[in-house]
Amino acid sequence: MLNSFWNWFVIIISVGSILACWWLLHWTKGVSDRSDDDDGSTGHVWDEDLRELNTPLPRWWLHLFNITIVFALVYLVLFPGLGNFAGIKGWTQIEQYDAEIAQAGEVQKVIFARFQDMDGDALMADVEAMDTAGRLFGNNCAMCHGSDGRGAKGFPNLADNDWQWGGSYDDILTSINAGRMAVMPPHDAILGEAGIREMVAYVQQIAGQKADAELAAAGKTKFMVCAACHGQDAKGNPLLGSPNLTDDIWLYGGNPEDIELTLLKGRNGRMPAFGSQLSEIHSRLLAAYVKRMSGS
Amino acid sequence: MSKGHKRLEKNIILMSVFIVIAVSLGGLVEILPLIFQDQVRTPSEGIKPYPPLQLAGRDIYVREGCYNCHSQMIRPFRSETERYGPFSVAGESVYDRPFQWGSKRTGPDLARVGGRYSDDWHVIHLINPRDVVPESNMPGYPWLLEATVDGELIQRKLSVLQTLGDPYTDEEIAVAAAAVEGKTEMEALVAYLQGLGLTRSGR
Repeated sequence: MLNSFWNWFVIIISVGSILACWWLLHWTKGVSDRSDDDDGSTGHVWDEDLRELNTPLPRWWLHLFNITIVFALVYLVLFPGLGNFAGIKGWTQIEQYDAEIAQAGEVQKVIFARFQDMDGDALMADVEAMDTAGRLFGNNCAMCHGSDGRGAKGFPNLADNDWQWGGSYDDILTSINAGRMAVMPPHDAILGEAGIREMVAYVQQIAGQKADAELAAAGKTKFMVCAACHGQDAKGNPLLGSPNLTDDIWLYGGNPEDIELTLLKGRNGRMPAFGSQLSEIHSRLLAAYVKRMSGS
Repeated sequence: MSKGHKRLEKNIILMSVFIVIAVSLGGLVEILPLIFQDQVRTPSEGIKPYPPLQLAGRDIYVREGCYNCHSQMIRPFRSETERYGPFSVAGESVYDRPFQWGSKRTGPDLARVGGRYSDDWHVIHLINPRDVVPESNMPGYPWLLEATVDGELIQRKLSVLQTLGDPYTDEEIAVAAAAVEGKTEMEALVAYLQGLGLTRSGR
């Protein structure tokens, strides 16, 4: 709310300038006084014979200007604009916004009511549900996991049916709502420079890549360091988010250099929690969409 | 042409004076009264002056011209709040000098980008946006990794802001240089981005 000074400041300048426009228009439109120049020009001459005529404003243009003045006055009566005067329609931006939201809520309620009682399998099979979920995915997930869900280096591929945190509908739903934090600690101190080289070879070997057999054998003897999280069989642990090392799927790259960097510096994968951003049915739709995308 | 009119049009000084008066009317009505309104001067709930590292990040944001493509102003329309989060209010920008509302969105609005992505995502994305968003046309900013933040400069900025009325305490200013010691510009910018809009986004 403006105080009384600013209230009148705004009203007087607004109304005053509109009236001044009207006055200016009618003060200058006249062609009555041409006594100084019989040929109806302003007396300005350029380039020897180029003269500026003093022709009155075209009538239609003058009326357009008059209409804008009337429009401005009518607008200021109907809508807020003059200081604290709210306008006789009582319109506010926030009310319009709330009405917009409420109206959309009505429309969405009907659409989402149908999905409400469906379980994951039913949602996956429903074309309309998956269309809606695809749009939610585009807005909330695609910037990390890609619009096709195939991820990028450091951001999991959701379309390959390989899961760090479990691939059931419920696991995916938990990942979406609560987020995930994976911790691969740095191993430079534990393994040492030579140890890291050996471990890189061993990890390559169990992933099915070509590797130096001698180095790999040496790495194998130190694998208990890794087994705590990745398991004795190196197949990973969905409770810790530790990935399976025996396949050739790599979150942070499978070159020897990438593996070495992972071992040296560690990795901290983080999936932000979306539970506070998405409604319950939105999360469930996304979980079903991701599950379906993985082809499982 | 009346006598007065003729005098006005043929005297460039007089004409200039009236032009200045005419073009200033809009600003007088729409901007000047707002400067004195509590609604735009009082911080919204939870809004605090930027910590040193975020302040450094904000200056990098301005230096690199991020505002040319990114707005920080979510308008009260459903299409915007569905995508970005709750609409912006004036009290959120009281410590922004100048505000970063922006007027062009080649990229998305960033008013509530804080917490939306991981720190790692921001670093990869700022080095080369195509690594995470193949269809992006945003330029990369790899040099941010190499440059470090000048702690002394940040400390001076804090004390200048204090004299302008931002409620930094003397203790906060005293430790400001240490707080950004050795940080890269990348870390500063990511810290700034991760702090954006948190008070109203619910993240």
